[in-house]
Amino acid sequence: MSDASYTTDELMIVNAARQLGALAAAGRPVCFVGIGLPSTAANLARRLYSPAPVLVYESGCIGSKPTRLPLSIGDGELGETADAVVSVPEIFAYWLQAGRIDVGFLGGAQLDKYANINSTVIGDYEHPSTRLPGAGGAPEIAASAGAVMVIMRQSKRAFVERCDFRSSVGYGDGPGDRERFGLQGGGPKWVITDLGVLEPDSVTCELTMVALHPGITREQACASTGWSLQFADDVRTTAPPSAEELDVLRILQAA
Amino acid sequence: MNRICSLHDAVADLVGDGDTIAMEGFTHLIPHAAGHEIIRQGRRNLHLVRMTPDMIYDQLIGAGCATKLTFSWGGNPGVGSLQRFRDAVENQWPHPIEIEEHSHAGMATRYAAGAANLPFGILRGYVGTGLSEHTSTIAQIECPFTGESLTAVPALRPDVAIIHAQRADREGNVQMWGLTGVQKEAVLAAKRSIVTVEEIVDHIEPVPYAVVLPWWTVSAVCEVPDGAHPSFAMGYSVRDNAFYKAWDAVSKDRGSFTAWIEQHVLGTTNHEEFRRSVGLEVPANV
Repeated sequence: MSDASYTTDELMIVNAARQLGALAAAGRPVCFVGIGLPSTAANLARRLYSPAPVLVYESGCIGSKPTRLPLSIGDGELGETADAVVSVPEIFAYWLQAGRIDVGFLGGAQLDKYANINSTVIGDYEHPSTRLPGAGGAPEIAASAGAVMVIMRQSKRAFVERCDFRSSVGYGDGPGDRERFGLQGGGPKWVITDLGVLEPDSVTCELTMVALHPGITREQACASTGWSLQFADDVRTTAPPSAEELDVLRILQAA
Repeated sequence: MNRICSLHDAVADLVGDGDTIAMEGFTHLIPHAAGHEIIRQGRRNLHLVRMTPDMIYDQLIGAGCATKLTFSWGGNPGVGSLQRFRDAVENQWPHPIEIEEHSHAGMATRYAAGAANLPFGILRGYVGTGLSEHTSTIAQIECPFTGESLTAVPALRPDVAIIHAQRADREGNVQMWGLTGVQKEAVLAAKRSIVTVEEIVDHIEPVPYAVVLPWWTVSAVCEVPDGAHPSFAMGYSVRDNAFYKAWDAVSKDRGSFTAWIEQHVLGTTNHEEFRRSVGLEVPANV
């Protein structure tokens, strides 16, 4: 992959944007977007695809159409270009909890094989070796969004057998846990990494490698995963980012 | 005390040692100048409440003002870690800090319950997460009508809510617009409140989607132009993203943080001096 004319961030962003484009085409366009790679991917998808995804930010912006990438979820641009701006209690209660979000984005410091995410602490909660920012909006995005997309770099340190802390719930300890917890959303459906794409197995709920990026081997994927990684029967190779995808992305990032 | 007063007088009269303080503003309209004034006046043992304890609480925590933090996300948005917050939790510097940790939805629900004078609020949330295990203010209840299991969180009732808004009139009616976060709920949930504003005007013109807090819901209104910096006030200023990025280096080291606070906050007497001290242009209407 060393001769690639794109970065691993660009690779993840483009693959996430493609998935959003497919969802929007299927009539599920409303994305609850966090800052960083998810926001970049959602904004790229808004420029590449028609119908375009609808961007909702937890700061209360519904239908934002920013012309440049925001640094924070509350940049002025997000409010000025929104169809509606609502309060924070409203965005979580009337919009997320009520089931009006089709896709939520999550990331974190650790992800386990059942797609639970840790963004709270590394180590013991009372005496952490690293204190992370915390859960923020993630627990209820994971609980209530129609589906969840995770974007994270794949490594043994981050892709762990079991999270040090469960900030947001994927499939808990396996099949049936989401139903037992009464979670109304569909849970994590796609994990986009720098190596490929993982999806939960339909029976075991365990994250399984369904696609590898061009030039990535199964051995690399296994070596970058902290659990015994399983592969789908027909592992795809993702299409490399196209010239158009990269052009639009780079123009967006330079704006 | 007059409702319209200086920020110095408002903090002196309304914020006491040991108080529970909620300074809100979701990226937009964060009351930074008021935070600096609390540091200047040397308040101690504060219980700080805020959904996103970003740079403003990093400064209060590093300056030794707080012994407890109730929050849902503590980072520097778009930049990374909150260095003073981390140092307090990981290494108990400058002293230990107790934390009460929630999610955004839970915090918003808690403020809304406080504003509505209810003992608790209800949401679908937290179930299956580590927060339910480690935070005592999260409990399951049964819906009396359907039997469904739901999550209850106690109302937040701060001693003082502090927010920044675009403007107020001479009676003290406050108007804010754009991203208004959870500020209305925080003010209505609190026993007392301080609002810093960009300007005080004779008459408030209506603005679409504006939130208005009537004068009798607000304890003190202080004219502090650019009092949200490096956050912003829509219609008056833009977010100073470079300042947020620069904060990472200043706050990483205890020595450089302390020197910054001593020079720019403790070494100045008000927000106008602070702005000159950090090399910002002083707004024309000061």
